Amino acid sequence: MSGSPQTPLGPAGDAEGSTPASGGAAQASPRGRGGAWTPGRIAIALLAVAVAVWLAVKASEDLRQFAVVTLNGITLAALFFVVASGFTLIFGLMRVVNMAHGSLYLFGGYLALEMQDAWFKEQSGLGISLSGTGDASYDLMSWVIPLILATLIVGVIGVVVQQVFLRWNQGQDLRQALITIALSVIFADQMLAAFGGISKDIKTPTDWPDSIALPGDVRFGFFRGVIVLGAALLIGLGLWWLIRRTRFGQIVRAGVDDRDMVSALGINVQLVFAAAFFLGAMLAGLGGVLGGTMIALAPGEDTSFLLNSLIVVIIGGMGSLGGAAIGALALGLVDAYADVYLVFGDTDLTNYSILVTFGLLVVVLAVRPLGLFGRPA
Amino acid sequence: MTPSAGRTSWPVLAVIVVVAALAPLVFTEFFLSVILTKSLWLGIAAASLIFLSAYGGMVSLAQVGIYGIAGMTFANLVEADGGSAAAWSPWLAVVAAIVITVVVGLGFGAIAARSVGIYFLMITLAFSVLVYYFFSQVTQLSGFGGVNNVDLPALVGNPGQDPTPLYYTTLVVAVLVFVGLRYVSRTPFGLALQGLRDEPARMRALGFNVTLHRILAFGLAAFVAAIAGVLSVWYNSRITPGSINLAQTIDVLIIAVIGGLYRLEGAWVGALTYALLDNYSREWTPRVGDALGPERFNTILGLVFLVIVILSPGGLVGLWEKARERLDTRRRGPPGGVAAGPPAGAAADAAN
Repeated sequence: MSGSPQTPLGPAGDAEGSTPASGGAAQASPRGRGGAWTPGRIAIALLAVAVAVWLAVKASEDLRQFAVVTLNGITLAALFFVVASGFTLIFGLMRVVNMAHGSLYLFGGYLALEMQDAWFKEQSGLGISLSGTGDASYDLMSWVIPLILATLIVGVIGVVVQQVFLRWNQGQDLRQALITIALSVIFADQMLAAFGGISKDIKTPTDWPDSIALPGDVRFGFFRGVIVLGAALLIGLGLWWLIRRTRFGQIVRAGVDDRDMVSALGINVQLVFAAAFFLGAMLAGLGGVLGGTMIALAPGEDTSFLLNSLIVVIIGGMGSLGGAAIGALALGLVDAYADVYLVFGDTDLTNYSILVTFGLLVVVLAVRPLGLFGRPA
Repeated sequence: MTPSAGRTSWPVLAVIVVVAALAPLVFTEFFLSVILTKSLWLGIAAASLIFLSAYGGMVSLAQVGIYGIAGMTFANLVEADGGSAAAWSPWLAVVAAIVITVVVGLGFGAIAARSVGIYFLMITLAFSVLVYYFFSQVTQLSGFGGVNNVDLPALVGNPGQDPTPLYYTTLVVAVLVFVGLRYVSRTPFGLALQGLRDEPARMRALGFNVTLHRILAFGLAAFVAAIAGVLSVWYNSRITPGSINLAQTIDVLIIAVIGGLYRLEGAWVGALTYALLDNYSREWTPRVGDALGPERFNTILGLVFLVIVILSPGGLVGLWEKARERLDTRRRGPPGGVAAGPPAGAAADAAN
């Protein structure tokens, strides 16, 4: 059907111009490359147009709502990115699927909350309120210090997990995934025992504004819009700098491509692995503090963020930071739009919004089984 | 690769079935229902996972999501409190539930089957959790407190009053599932599946449609999981979204791993171990502050899982075989050239 002659056994081998065969071999349908209009691609293009038109219609009805929903999506994406970037970093270098990543996220949040409660809870007034927390006031340090400490502690826990449970079985990816699943079961149960089943949240400093005014008479949450988004941008840039511009990043990138060769060159790969695990776990812990302030901490949030990280990296491609950013943005926006805009006339389909997330996953995997930026292992 | 994988010890199976058939005479109704019946249907669910892993080299975490679809479909189609309560005849609902589930399962398979190894595991995990979120959100289908008092076929009567009919039903179904999956593994389809587990590139070169085989295997596993889903509703006479959440997904994985991911019978060994732990570990669990105590069953379960994964990737069945092999070696000297080594599925996964 496609224009170029496909001769599977032909001597040329690369029917797709000058692309080396290795890139095409990983794709399930090499025929689909090179811009040919296969039925699948046409269907996806039509779907994309339909989604764009539907969003445009909704946006024109209420532009302010559209702006807020979009910002919601972007800030959610920012949080997803922080968590998923750690997940994808660990996988990219070590091929370890850390199923306990969600547990590290939740534990980071709980740690920060405990520190904030223990050290910084300054009661004002009578100190007694019906809601229990209403009268306490917090200064800037009461949020920043728990954030830093919790992030570091979770990073250390990540290294301990890696050294004790994952170092001696490198390469057995299924076994490592099972081990981290077992750890996540234990962590989840222990956190339930230690922190209880009630939803809690970390308090922002009292003198931070609740919301900021944006052009067009739109108000948006200060913490979500400034802190979380800013943190995600900083982390994204920092990781990019670390991976692309430093010697550590060079070693990591070389390790992703050929671990044995890096080791043979006299570099202590085990040290690099430990550092990468420290960084990845730290990002989970940091995400937990941000998420625990922005949303809430409760049993089940670990699952939810493990799932989010999984979907982000499945969409973006395992091991790719850029992919994690794109995947997080896609997931965040789809979640936000589907939660609000799945209303057609009188039929309210918003509680089917999870199907849209599923649809996103299916569409991406149908076109690229390894995700948008995924490369074969 | 695994010399024992294709061998069924029929006399042993016959003895086990006869003993199991006599169980209602020996055990209390509580033990019969809470331990034995539960292990049998959980074992069927785990068997669908083990079938994919042992013969297809695919560790799927979607099986609980898939059996949830079957259970929810059944519970919605018959008379019940909550859900759509369509009041169909139970047997018709069983057929519809299984058909719908297999169709969805084939769809899942079509998406996931192009991925291998750890990617497959992650994608199927995402499926399972998405199914759970779907049913928790769509209360038209799952009711607000689950679908309760589900109408059951006359065959099983009222399991709450007399668990014996349901026990025998589940036993017969479990034996049929075991024998059926064993039979499939010897058909050309099953042999091709095992071939592409070990050498997908060669099988493709031989002209086999690798992806299609994987999708069909996934569909067959969805059929088995659907049976487990329907039985789970019969057992509980209700279904809630909470009973198909990530914890349950992991529990079924744990059952499969405890039993052994590479032997079909491991499913029921694992399920029985799980049910026994679930009921009796609470009695002897010592209290250590908040960290350990009767209510910390998941910690115990996680620790058991962790120890098994670390010590024996082949699970309890693997341990047993290792022990027997060592005895054989001592008796007859080292085996000549038969590589028993790590199970083939693990090797294939590692290679990927």
